[in-house]
Amino acid sequence: MDTNDSLRVASLWHSMHAISQQLSPVAGCSGIELLEADTFDLHCFQSLTGTKFFVVCEPGAQQMEALLKVIYELYTDYVLKNPFYEIEMPIRCELFDFNLSQTVQKDCVALLGR
Amino acid sequence: MQFFGGSEISPLPPAPTASGNNAHMMYVFNRNGVCLLYREWNRPLHTLNAQQDHKLMFGLLFSLKSLTAKMDPTNAERGNLGVPQLPGQGCSFHSFRTNTYKLSFMESPSGIKIILVTHPRTGDLRESLKYIYNLYVDYVAKNPLYTPGTPIRCELFNTNLDQYVRSIA
Repeated sequence: MDTNDSLRVASLWHSMHAISQQLSPVAGCSGIELLEADTFDLHCFQSLTGTKFFVVCEPGAQQMEALLKVIYELYTDYVLKNPFYEIEMPIRCELFDFNLSQTVQKDCVALLGR
Repeated sequence: MQFFGGSEISPLPPAPTASGNNAHMMYVFNRNGVCLLYREWNRPLHTLNAQQDHKLMFGLLFSLKSLTAKMDPTNAERGNLGVPQLPGQGCSFHSFRTNTYKLSFMESPSGIKIILVTHPRTGDLRESLKYIYNLYVDYVAKNPLYTPGTPIRCELFNTNLDQYVRSIA
């Protein structure tokens, strides 16, 4: 998937998230948290500021919510506290990328034993 | 073939709520976006009028299917976003969950979409949706007085559906 497609998917997700709130039968809906498809699951975490983090994983993967919270912490530490980072721009922070891959690797090892 | 049912109103008034019911509401759409059935058992909050609600629901499902087909990590060859997918083509989602509800979705090969909105902690309803589709085939498709593409007004279907949904609660 190239960058344009990623942007399209992200904006589509943002709108779907908002529409799902409109269709709720009960008040107080905060948008889609989990989308289950045939070959993958998509977990979404929305911060208080409306920034959405989503992760695509194997169907039935456990503890994705915890992973998303850890990623959110990494985001606040390595991206938001970076004085050279412009808000709302694509993230190009090496430390963030490095720590992100480390966290996901650790997660893979913990879950799959590989 | 009409799109979005034109000026058709929502078929049939909602059934009275049974206590302890898990299900909030149910939609059945055909492949053109006509809402064939809308049943409501427990819906405290109505954000939009019925027509807009159906259109929004259909649009949401269309876009989510397009998104899942595009995001599928196992499929090397992915279509473009926004291209209508045939029933069964590409990866399709079967449910999504928010903090207040869980929506379960099933599409038959003929394009009949069945949507059930329930309590968020409901389990996997794929088998239940298949059973509901069978009810549809038995009481609606096989009904000689029913015209395909029009809202469903079959008493037997509604009664059996209500009974079944109460039992899965």
